[in-house]
Amino acid sequence: MSMALSSAAPRRGWRSAATWLGAAIVGVAAFCAVFAPLLVPHDPFAQDLGKRLLVPFWMEGSDPQHLLGTDQLGRDYLSRLIWGCRISMLIGVTVSIVSGLIGITLGVLGGFLGGRVDDAVLFAITTRLSLPVVLVALAVVGLLGSSMTLLLLTLGLLLWDRFAVVARSTTLQVRNLDYVAAAWCAGCSRFRILTREVLPNIASHLVVVATLEIALAILLEATLSFLGLGVPPPLPSWGLMIAEAKDYMFFSPWVIMIPGVALFVLVLGINLLGDGLRDQFGARSDP
Amino acid sequence: MLRFLVRRLIVALLVAATVMTLAFIMTRLSGDLAISIAGPNATQADVEAVRKAYGLDRPLVTQFFDWAGRAMTGDLGESYFFKSRVSALIGERMPVTLTLGLSGLVIALVVSLPLGILAAVRENTAFDRGVQFVTLFGQAMPSFWLGLLLMILFGLKLGWLPISGTESWDGYVLPAIVLAFSAIPALTRLTRAGMIQAMGSDYIRTARAKGLSRASIILKHALRNAAIPVVAIAAVQLGFMLGGSIVIEQIFALHGVGFLAWESIAKNDFPVVQSVVLVLAVIYIGLTTLADLMNAVLDPRLRGA
Amino acid sequence: MSPLLEIENLRVEFGRTSAVRGISLKVAPGETHCLVGESGCGKSVTSLAVMNLLARGAQRRADRLAFKGEDLLGLPERAMARLRGNAMAMIFQEPMTSLNPAYTIGSQMTEVLRRHKGASQRVATERAADLLARVGITAPGMRLGQFPHQLSGGLRQRVMIAMALMCDPQLLIADEPTTALDVTVQAQILRLLAGLQRDLGLGLLLITHDLGIVARVATRVSVMYAGEIVESAPTAELFANPSHPYTQGLLRCVPVPGKVRRDEPLGSIPGTVPRIGAGFTGCAFRDRCDFADASCAVAVPHQRAGATHDYLCRLAPQSARTAA
Repeated sequence: MSMALSSAAPRRGWRSAATWLGAAIVGVAAFCAVFAPLLVPHDPFAQDLGKRLLVPFWMEGSDPQHLLGTDQLGRDYLSRLIWGCRISMLIGVTVSIVSGLIGITLGVLGGFLGGRVDDAVLFAITTRLSLPVVLVALAVVGLLGSSMTLLLLTLGLLLWDRFAVVARSTTLQVRNLDYVAAAWCAGCSRFRILTREVLPNIASHLVVVATLEIALAILLEATLSFLGLGVPPPLPSWGLMIAEAKDYMFFSPWVIMIPGVALFVLVLGINLLGDGLRDQFGARSDP
Repeated sequence: MLRFLVRRLIVALLVAATVMTLAFIMTRLSGDLAISIAGPNATQADVEAVRKAYGLDRPLVTQFFDWAGRAMTGDLGESYFFKSRVSALIGERMPVTLTLGLSGLVIALVVSLPLGILAAVRENTAFDRGVQFVTLFGQAMPSFWLGLLLMILFGLKLGWLPISGTESWDGYVLPAIVLAFSAIPALTRLTRAGMIQAMGSDYIRTARAKGLSRASIILKHALRNAAIPVVAIAAVQLGFMLGGSIVIEQIFALHGVGFLAWESIAKNDFPVVQSVVLVLAVIYIGLTTLADLMNAVLDPRLRGA
Repeated sequence: MSPLLEIENLRVEFGRTSAVRGISLKVAPGETHCLVGESGCGKSVTSLAVMNLLARGAQRRADRLAFKGEDLLGLPERAMARLRGNAMAMIFQEPMTSLNPAYTIGSQMTEVLRRHKGASQRVATERAADLLARVGITAPGMRLGQFPHQLSGGLRQRVMIAMALMCDPQLLIADEPTTALDVTVQAQILRLLAGLQRDLGLGLLLITHDLGIVARVATRVSVMYAGEIVESAPTAELFANPSHPYTQGLLRCVPVPGKVRRDEPLGSIPGTVPRIGAGFTGCAFRDRCDFADASCAVAVPHQRAGATHDYLCRLAPQSARTAA
């Protein structure tokens, strides 16, 4: 008999505060994403070459018209930041849905059917993991020309591995539980067992994976856009904003600070929320 | 053990063959390669000449087996842009990428192993919480942005380190740190989780009941068991780092394999692109196989299997 | 002879839960003291508290906790580690998981002697081989080079016992050493422990829930219930005159050849052990006891049923009751 009791109370308090912080960040970002056209103070695409590289409000000589200043083409930075949030969230959610559909289908089929099917699924996962994501995404977008749809599809086709790994292992666990065996014995069909017994039981694990994948997709999109092979300009992706500002960063560091901090905070918020959900469900999502 | 090895090797070969096929398909997705190689100002005759010269007029299946057959023997074809052997190009650039990846891995391990161990031993203390906070921060940090920030801070403001190039060793410092940063969160978390599990195990209770010193309990008895998954993930992380170094190489202008791939993508130099994908995938497969072997060495239970 | 181990009023708390609530016991050299009780009653926690191996977050308090007259309560961890595995050793319930899977049997055994006695690897290996032979393991030289997963549960427990004996301990604490093993192996291990205890003159604190074991090996028995010792007596006396209703119930649950009649069902104790929080008063067994009344909820007296027989109940001793 072992007594493994730890002081859980202070930890839980700290953890739940972090989760709420994450939820708040994600909530604000979602709000900005949905209502971006109403929220932006200026047209995020309108150039004004007379007002180039205006400084943000906390610096000397700022323009109250442009709270976060303007970029190298005189476009309002705050408006571009809000619009960029819309793009990040759109990409994160869409990629997560596409990759989730692929990964969950493969993982559940492999875990549920076992045998040859499972071997094939494992093989697919191994192959996918051996492909360098950034390089392949860059190559596809680079060779086919950058467009939003292509970017979404490419990332969706590349980021399903964790969904598949978690769906497969949790399905395997659920399949071997007593009540699923009971359902088999009661003569339920495979399809019924899948939809009624397996999917509801692995759903919480998959929600956790989905949050982490949204964060990953947002980071990857920013990376690709930064390298010039992601979201096509003049769309204000945060990665693209950093890339365009790179030439000015030694003289005016805030031009890369603002979109970078936004990206960092959003991804941090999603990860905090994901970790909180994982604790909540008592689920392990690390493969 | 031998059966396991053979099985592992067959799977590795199959994965390599699949990657080869995928890399080939990927570069053909864009349609007519001859037009893109010939350039925007080429006439119809130029395009035809290019098509003939590079064998692009043959059926795709023939092209594939031609490429795959040569690749097996180490002949990865010729670059359109650099006009030299792809294998030579990659061989020339690989040392930069490997140096970067290995120093990144070493830095990552040197940081994350002690952090993970100490956090586990002091579970639920302020130190542990601090470490968890740092890993969360690391996970959310876009590596290209971190690279730029470090360039501004160390390169410009403090002037301690060069911000690009590989003329001397110190050119690798910033890129390796940035690359290490991407692996530190995962390695730290895994070390911490493994150590917490090991420290709560019955054999650690036995080790304590035997009156062993704290150092021996933590470093000999717990770490040995916690290290098993860490070794596997470290190998996988090195694979990811080599694949992800394309971003770092581009920021710091390091002329490694990633930089080569980036240039080649921009130039539509598809023999180089497909070869780099293939080479990185093969390295990854090799690393994971190596990790399996090392696990068998570390975990005596696997040896008999 | 002065006792090896003295425990007076030991209390262990995990947060707001009391696992051990003021127990006292002594183990003399050459004595086998059995601590009996159902799972969760605090037996294992008691043994871990003595060795100072409790999980972090556990609170240990006592009026006295001494080994060979030396106080253990104020002893720093460093000095305590010098005693553990050396003069006082411990064997655990789970032989399958108590050995480190990554190291050979030999390496795990020799490190004890090297640590405590500064022995050379050669001397330590010889000692380990001798002890493996002593605990009935054939081909000890071969076993020393093997890993735990290559050994059966019974063999592993023998290794654990041999490992505990490496430094010639005076006190051996065995926490349910046979529970996880097959019945046939249980008997072998028990016979081995009893034999070693007799031959080496060890003080043995044997923790078990199996009264059959107690009857065979114990010199003295303490019965634990919900964190308290409810009755303590020499073995023969306890089996002849159980005075606490819980002890009586326990004994009714065990088939004793010659005493139990074929047509009568074996006894059982209804109900479950209550969860004891802070501020609990009265007898913890009262909800399951046939004799309980209102006074049981207030205070419970310590009574004597003989010179070395104590129990914790308001009822008169068994001998007096049957005589009346």
